[in-house]
Amino acid sequence: MPRIQTTAELEALRAEILAARDPAKPCIAVCGGAACDGLDSAAVATAFAAEIAKQGVAAKVDFRVTGCHGYCNKGPNVLVGPDDVCYFEVKPDDVPEVVESALKGVVVDRLVYRDPASGEKAVHLSEVPFYKHQMRILTGDIPRIDPTRIEDYLAVGGYSALAKALSQMSSDQVLQEVKKANLRGRGGGGFPAGLKWETTKNAPGKTKYVIVNGHEGESAAFMDRAMLTGNPHKVLEGLIIGGYAIGAQQGYIYTRHDSPSMARHITAALEQAQELGLLGENILGSGFDFEVELHFDVGIFVSGESSALMRSIEGNAPEPRPKYIRTSVSGIWDKPSNLNNVETWANVPEIINRGADWFTSIGSEKSKGTKLVSLSGHVVNSGVVEVPMGTPLRTIVFDIGGGVPDGGAPKAIHFGGAMGRSIPISMIDAPLDFDGMSKLGAPIGAGGLLVMDENTDMIEMARYLLDFLVKESCGKCTPCREGMYQMLKILSNIIEGKGRKFDLERLAELTEVTSLGSLCALGKTSSDPLKSMLRYFKPEFEARIAAGSAAGSEAK
Amino acid sequence: MSEQTIADIIEKYRGRPGAVIHALTEIQHANHWLPREVMHEVADALEVPFSQVMQIASFYKTFSLTPKGKHEVHVCTGMTCHLRGGARLMAKVEEITGLKPGETDTDAKFSLEAGSCLGSCSIAPELIVDGKHYGRMTPERAADVLKQYE
Repeated sequence: MPRIQTTAELEALRAEILAARDPAKPCIAVCGGAACDGLDSAAVATAFAAEIAKQGVAAKVDFRVTGCHGYCNKGPNVLVGPDDVCYFEVKPDDVPEVVESALKGVVVDRLVYRDPASGEKAVHLSEVPFYKHQMRILTGDIPRIDPTRIEDYLAVGGYSALAKALSQMSSDQVLQEVKKANLRGRGGGGFPAGLKWETTKNAPGKTKYVIVNGHEGESAAFMDRAMLTGNPHKVLEGLIIGGYAIGAQQGYIYTRHDSPSMARHITAALEQAQELGLLGENILGSGFDFEVELHFDVGIFVSGESSALMRSIEGNAPEPRPKYIRTSVSGIWDKPSNLNNVETWANVPEIINRGADWFTSIGSEKSKGTKLVSLSGHVVNSGVVEVPMGTPLRTIVFDIGGGVPDGGAPKAIHFGGAMGRSIPISMIDAPLDFDGMSKLGAPIGAGGLLVMDENTDMIEMARYLLDFLVKESCGKCTPCREGMYQMLKILSNIIEGKGRKFDLERLAELTEVTSLGSLCALGKTSSDPLKSMLRYFKPEFEARIAAGSAAGSEAK
Repeated sequence: MSEQTIADIIEKYRGRPGAVIHALTEIQHANHWLPREVMHEVADALEVPFSQVMQIASFYKTFSLTPKGKHEVHVCTGMTCHLRGGARLMAKVEEITGLKPGETDTDAKFSLEAGSCLGSCSIAPELIVDGKHYGRMTPERAADVLKQYE
């Protein structure tokens, strides 16, 4: 493709792509997301390609392998357009029938969703309970896009926000729009992205950096990977717009090394954007120059922490720095560096295209827009969920998630992975937003939501999480390195029936010291799960210690 | 894995001190471990002290300073996998291979790793062999999966 010089040329290219497409033509989209891949969706995709070739119908039906559709535990997922018929648990043997039905415009009845209780059918995406309660602003395009083809992204309106920002808005106007939208960081803190951008924009110096944090080290969180693998151009478009607003010349995408398809898709996206002139010098004739490099974490949890991540991009070991040096002012190579999470960046093109007023019309009072949630654990329907901020947890766990399998009862909801917190199920009517959940003592973190059933042993969970963090501590500061180790020892003793009087007091004291004294978020929040469990499930700990000492005295 | 491939990777990053992680990652992916003499070559070519290469290689978990087995067996120990029986799966895999996480057997057939979270939580617990994911794994089925790799 030739390099595009102006926004008019971009629109001409888009019109050309759309003109060559027939919206009424059937299109088969096979999910190649992480879970579907683990259920061998690759074999299903191969079967589709072979069947379409065998029947000689390549001109009559489109076929693509896409990123994550969302309903992960029902994979391999297949979506048939134009009217979004959902097929679940598709096997290679089902393929010939799906192709024939797609051509005839009929539905393969045995592969559609059936309500486990009533047996009622749901044929289209908008009727399936898992999708029906969602608002898929960021993820909705994923099944419509082959992530390795920029044409597919352009066909759904891709890069129109970049064109708008560069041709109709000053960098200040872009920044003001994001500020007005009150876009809050999706990585965990909920800090207003616009304010963070402004700090970096106003920081002294000409060289500035913008960074996508796609590290997603939070355990049981997989939505950022789904976003970045399924629609890399959307995140990239947000990053380029952010670079323009902030005055950065260089962007970095920092992500995991252990997902080959994600690396492949991002690399292809960067190459294609470069080829089209959406990256590089004088983007769309605006005079704005911007380059993006891809970096990988190499397997340690703390490298997702902002200052550690920046050390890693420099090529050093990822040891965090004290927080009084703000990376917004002094980050990579001590230059102002603005870091936002994948989901935050993905929101930017939507805000520029549809405006801050549209964005603030969605969500709760202080948390705007939608939130991606990775729903997993003891829950019937598991996958990537997108709901408006403020959606009650009950909607997510029961209406979307279908409740606990085998008629079990939920006991707790855990947010935020290994450094997250658990709340009892009695709080299930709380709305999902930054402030509400923080007040309950369970900040939503990046959005990993884990349902735990009535048989879950909270003490064992606390021990398991600490064990994980002890191994991930970089060891630079003492409170984190030693504090966690001591907590782990006490918890292990309690589990082994060797709990002692005042153990809970000792634990409480250790959680305080570790939180106050550690350098980075890993140490500071390492005891958060334990704190929340001591807050809401203390009787379980007391009973276990009492049972242990009773057993001990019997043995004597 | 030919010496030429390693040499090519190192050549690509010659004179770029910031690219130590890139170079080591590519060598690790291709060769499955980082021999000491190769790390010396990386240090010389990228113009960084050997101690810095060693610091990075020994800090990040992805890098291995010892040879790995022919097949890399990975049991996810993330939260969802743990809730859904990951520990029992790990115990079974340890029993079958005779290894603890981080170890390689004397025939260099299997290396066992624990790791989290690999993001396939919806089909937890998970066993991964040479990058291929096996979801909803039970201790019983793990034996059948591993047999294919013997």
